[in-house]
Amino acid sequence: MSRIDVRKTAKLYINGAFVRSESGRVYSVEHADGSAVVRVSQGSRKDLRDAVRGSRSAQTGWAERTGYNRGQILYRIAEIMEERRDTFVDRLLTGGMSDDAAEAELDASVDRLVWYAGWADKFAQVFGNLNPVAGPFFNISAPEPTGLVGVVLADASPLLGIVSRVAPIIVSGNTAVVVVGGPRPLASIALTEVLATADVPAGVVNIITGDAQELGPVLANHMDVNALDIVGVEPTLAAAMTRDAAENVKRVTVEAEPQFMDEAAQSPYIIAKFVETKTVWHPKGV
Amino acid sequence: MTDHTIEKGIEWEYAPSVQGAEMVSIASTYGLFIDGAFVDPTDGEMFPTINPATEEQLSSVAAAGVADIDLAVKAARSAFENVWGPMKPAERAKYLYRIARLLQERAREFAILETLDGGKPIKESRDIDIPLVAAYFFYYAGWADKLDYAFPGIDPKPIGVAGQIIPWNFPMLMLAWKIAPALAAGNTVVLKPAETTPLTALLFAQLCAEAGLPDGVVNIVTGDGRTGAAIVEHPDIDKIAFTGSTGVGKAIRRAIAGTGKKLTLELGGKGAHIVFDDAPLDQAVEGVINGIFFNQGHVCCAGSRLLVQESIRDQLLDKLRSRLDTLRVGNPLDKNTDVGAINSAAQLQRIEALVASGRDAGVEMFQSSCDLPTKGFWYAPTVFTDVSQSHRIAQEEIFGPVLATMTFRTPDEAIEKANNTPYGLSAGVWTTKGSRILWMADRLRAGVVWANTFNKFDPTSPFGGYKESGFGREGGRHGLLPYLEGPWS
Amino acid sequence: MLTQPATTQSLRTLVRSVPTVDEVAAKERVAALGKRSIKKESKLSALRMVISMMDLTTLEGKDTPGKVRQLCSKGMRPDPTRQDLPTVAAICVYPAHIATARAALGDSGVKVASVATYFPSGQVSLEVKVDDVREAVKAGADEIDMVIDRGAFLAGDYLKVFEEILAVRAACGDAHLKVILETGELGTLDNVRRASAIAMAGGAHFIKTSTGKVSPAATLPVTLVMLEAIREHHAATGEMIGMKPAGGIRTAKDSIKYLVLLSETLGSAWMSNEWFRFGASSLLNDVLMQIRWLETGRYQSPDYFTKD
Repeated sequence: MSRIDVRKTAKLYINGAFVRSESGRVYSVEHADGSAVVRVSQGSRKDLRDAVRGSRSAQTGWAERTGYNRGQILYRIAEIMEERRDTFVDRLLTGGMSDDAAEAELDASVDRLVWYAGWADKFAQVFGNLNPVAGPFFNISAPEPTGLVGVVLADASPLLGIVSRVAPIIVSGNTAVVVVGGPRPLASIALTEVLATADVPAGVVNIITGDAQELGPVLANHMDVNALDIVGVEPTLAAAMTRDAAENVKRVTVEAEPQFMDEAAQSPYIIAKFVETKTVWHPKGV
Repeated sequence: MTDHTIEKGIEWEYAPSVQGAEMVSIASTYGLFIDGAFVDPTDGEMFPTINPATEEQLSSVAAAGVADIDLAVKAARSAFENVWGPMKPAERAKYLYRIARLLQERAREFAILETLDGGKPIKESRDIDIPLVAAYFFYYAGWADKLDYAFPGIDPKPIGVAGQIIPWNFPMLMLAWKIAPALAAGNTVVLKPAETTPLTALLFAQLCAEAGLPDGVVNIVTGDGRTGAAIVEHPDIDKIAFTGSTGVGKAIRRAIAGTGKKLTLELGGKGAHIVFDDAPLDQAVEGVINGIFFNQGHVCCAGSRLLVQESIRDQLLDKLRSRLDTLRVGNPLDKNTDVGAINSAAQLQRIEALVASGRDAGVEMFQSSCDLPTKGFWYAPTVFTDVSQSHRIAQEEIFGPVLATMTFRTPDEAIEKANNTPYGLSAGVWTTKGSRILWMADRLRAGVVWANTFNKFDPTSPFGGYKESGFGREGGRHGLLPYLEGPWS
Repeated sequence: MLTQPATTQSLRTLVRSVPTVDEVAAKERVAALGKRSIKKESKLSALRMVISMMDLTTLEGKDTPGKVRQLCSKGMRPDPTRQDLPTVAAICVYPAHIATARAALGDSGVKVASVATYFPSGQVSLEVKVDDVREAVKAGADEIDMVIDRGAFLAGDYLKVFEEILAVRAACGDAHLKVILETGELGTLDNVRRASAIAMAGGAHFIKTSTGKVSPAATLPVTLVMLEAIREHHAATGEMIGMKPAGGIRTAKDSIKYLVLLSETLGSAWMSNEWFRFGASSLLNDVLMQIRWLETGRYQSPDYFTKD
C-alpha cells in the first residue's frame, strides 16, 4: 500500500516567522501539469500591516550592520539556494518551466545574489563623493538605505524576479515587504525557507503571497513605507499606486515589463534607486 | 581712574548705506521668453510684480497659459532635437561658461534686482545668491563634455525637454540649480519662476540671448500655479523638476503618475538644529541665527527647530535673546540689513497664523526689539522657547523668521526628536566631540547634515531631501543623474 | 569663577569650563561683520572714537626722551591744524620713559601707559616682574601693560600664569592693568579664549592681544573671541572688562572693523576709551587723513600730516 504523503500549506513569511494569513484565507496553486494542487496562504491588508511593523523594527539594525556582514549574508542565501537547487528546480518545473529554463533560472538567481553580495561594501564607494567645496570644509556625500521598501511583484519570473529586486534593495541596508502575486508563487515560498536559515535577520525580508491587485495599493498607501518597487504590474494599477504613493512622497520605481535575464536587470544603479544621498559638512580649522 | 562698574558708552548708529538701484532697468512689461525672443502671451493676461519692501509695483509680467506652454515646449523640443542635443558637448560647455562669465560680469545688477523683487537683503543677494549662481553654471559647464566619466559603465544620454518650476525664496539660485545641470547634460528647458519673483529669471533670459545661446534651449515662462500645471501636464515634457511646497510636490507626483515623465522634487523641511553642551557656544549661536534668520527664514533647509541640551538651555537662550536684538531688520537695499522683507502678503499671513497658533497654545516667545517699516511686509525675528513636539510650530514649516526651541537630555533623545517629522531635508549639530558628530550624522534622517556650521551651499555638494522633503539631488555629480537617461531612470 | 585660594586643579577646572571656539565659524562671523558699510556721520564718529581710544605707542630700543616728547605732543594734538579732535587715550612707552611722558602730558588728560613685566618675552622671575611694575607705577604710570607667561600657559601651568597676574595686579595699586596674552604665540582660538578667562579671573582690567613684537599681532578673529570671553565674564559676574587689540592695525578702515566687532558683540556700554583701546603707532595719521577726506571730498597725502 502506498504511503500517504504529508502536505504542506504554504505560509506567509512575516518578521522571520511563518504564519497563516490572519484572514484565514488560502488559495490553490495548481501544478502546471495538473498533477497536484498546493494550498497557499493568501495575505491580507493586516498581514501587510504586520509585515511593515516587523520590517520597520528590523531596518535600523540591518542598516547598522557592516557592509561586510550584509554581503556575507547575501552570499549565504546563494550558498543555500545552490545546495537546495533540486527543490527550487522542482518548484520552477511545477510552475510550468522547461527543464532547461528552470535550471537557467536557478543558476541566474544564485549568481545574481553572489553578484549583489559583492556590492555590499562597495556601492558606497561608487555612489559616494568627497566634494571639493570652495571653502574650509570637509564635505562628503554617501548613500544610505532609503528605509523600508515595498515590492509588488505581480507576475514576475518566479524566482529570478524576486531575487533580482530584493537583493539590490536589502544589500544597502533597506528592508523589504514583498507582495508576490500571480500563479507561480512556489519558488518564492521556497525562498522564504532559505531566508529563514541564512542568517537574514527577522523582518529584513517579508514575503506575502496573495493578490497584487488587492495588496499593492495597501503598500502604496502605507505611510511607513519609504519606497515602492512596482514590478510587472499592469499600467493602470501601477499608475494608481504611484498616485497613492505621493501621500508620503515615496520613491517609486516601475518596471512594467521586466526582462530579468537581460544584462540590464543586474546593475549597481538598481541599488542606487533605493538609497538616499546624505551630504555632511564640517569645517576644517584648528 | 575709571570706575570699574559704571556703564558709559557711546551710542553709535550705522548711517543708512543704501545700494543704489540705478544700474537696473526694469521694463514696464515683460512677455514670455520663448524660442529666443520675448513674446506676448496668447491670451494677453498680465500680472503685477511688486517690491515686498515697499509694496510698489515694479513691472507687469505675462501669465503663460496652456497655448504658451505648448509653444515653449515645441521650441524646447525643436532645440533639443536639432541644435542642443546634437551639439558637441565641448561646445555646449562653452555656452555654459559664457553664461557663467556674464553672470559674474552682471552680478551686481542681478543682486539688486533680486533684492528689489524678492525682499532679501542686498548683502545676501550680493555675497551669496548671485556668486553661487555663477559658480553653479561654472561647475556644470565643466561636466558637459565629461559625462562619460561621471558614472562608471554608463554611456549617458540626455532626457529631452525638462519642465522646471522654482520657488520665490532663492529665485536665481534655484534657476541655476535647475538650468545648469539640465543644459550640461544636453537637455533643453522650460522654466517657470515663481509668480512673486519673476524679474531676475527674465533678466537671465536676456543674458541667454546675449550669450548667443541657441533659440529654444532656455525658455522662461512666467505665471502662477496654473502655468505650473500646464507645464506638468504637457505631454511632450520628459522630466519635471520642482522645488517648492510639499503639498504642490505631492500634487505633481499624482498628476504625472503613469505618464513615464521623470520627476525630482525638492520640498519642504523642518530642520533640527542640535546644540550639545560641549559646543563652541558663541559660534553655535551664530549658526542658529543664520540657520533660521538667513533669508528671513524663507529657506526649505532652515534650522527651524532648535534642540538644545537641557543643561545649557538658559545660557543659550540668553545668548540668543541678546543676539536677536543686534539683527538689523529693514530696507533690503541697505548694505547693513541682516533681515529683509517677507516675500509676500500671503506668506506674511501664513507666518502670523502659525505664530498665533503657538501663542494660543501658551508657548513663551521673544522677539527682536527692532522697529519695523510701516510699508511693506515685515516680521520681527521670533524665538519660541519650550516648545513641545506636539505644537504646530514644531511640526509645520513656517517658512519665516520663527524658531521653535525644544530641549533634549541625551544624544539618543536628540536623534529621536530630530527625526520625529515627516520631513528630512537638513539638520545641524554643534558639538566639539568628533565621534559624536559622526554618530549623529549617521542617524539623522536628513539629506544634508551641517556639523558645526549651517546653511552652506556649494555646486560640488549634492543637496536634497529624505522622506517628504523630496527626492533627487541637486549639485555635484549626483545632480546630473536626474537629467540623464540611464539604468537609474 | 574661581574658588579661593586658586589651585592647579581649580585653574584646570576654569580652563575646561571655557567653551571651545570653532575657528572657521569665528572667521566667518568676522568676515560678515567686516562687510558692514560704515558711511558718512557714522564713519566720522567712528574715526573720532578711534582717536580717543588710541594708546599711541612707541616701544623701540632706539626710543629717546625726544621721541617720547614728540609722541606726547602728537597724542595731545593729533592734528595741530584743528582743536576739535579728541586727544588719544594714552601714550604707551617703556618704563624708562614714563617720567618723560608724564611731564610732557601734564594735565592734558592723556594717560601714561607703560609696558612692564619684562616686556615682551616675560621670561624672568616673578620677583623681577613685580619690581618692574612697582617701579613703573612709582614713576607715574596710570596703566600697566603686562605680558602673561606664554611658556607656562602652553606647558599647562595655568596656576603660574594666574598667580603672576594676581601678583602684578596687586603691585599695580591704583594703576589699571592690561594683560597681554600675546595671542600670536598661543596657536589656537581655543587658547585665546582660555587665556582670556585666566586673565580676567586674575584681575585684569583690560585684556590685550599682543605686544606688537610677534606676528600675527591683533587680528579680528582673535579680538572677536576675546570680546566673547569678556561678554561671558560679564554675564557671569556683572563685571566689565576692557579690550585692547594691539599691533598691526594700521588703517582707518581696519580700525572701524574693530569698532563694528565691539559694537555688535558687547554693545554701546563698551563704546568708549574706558573699555576699549587700540594699541597702535601708525594708525593715527591714516585716521586723520580719512577724516579730512570725509570733510573735503579730497583724497589726502601723508605730506600734510605731521609724523609726531
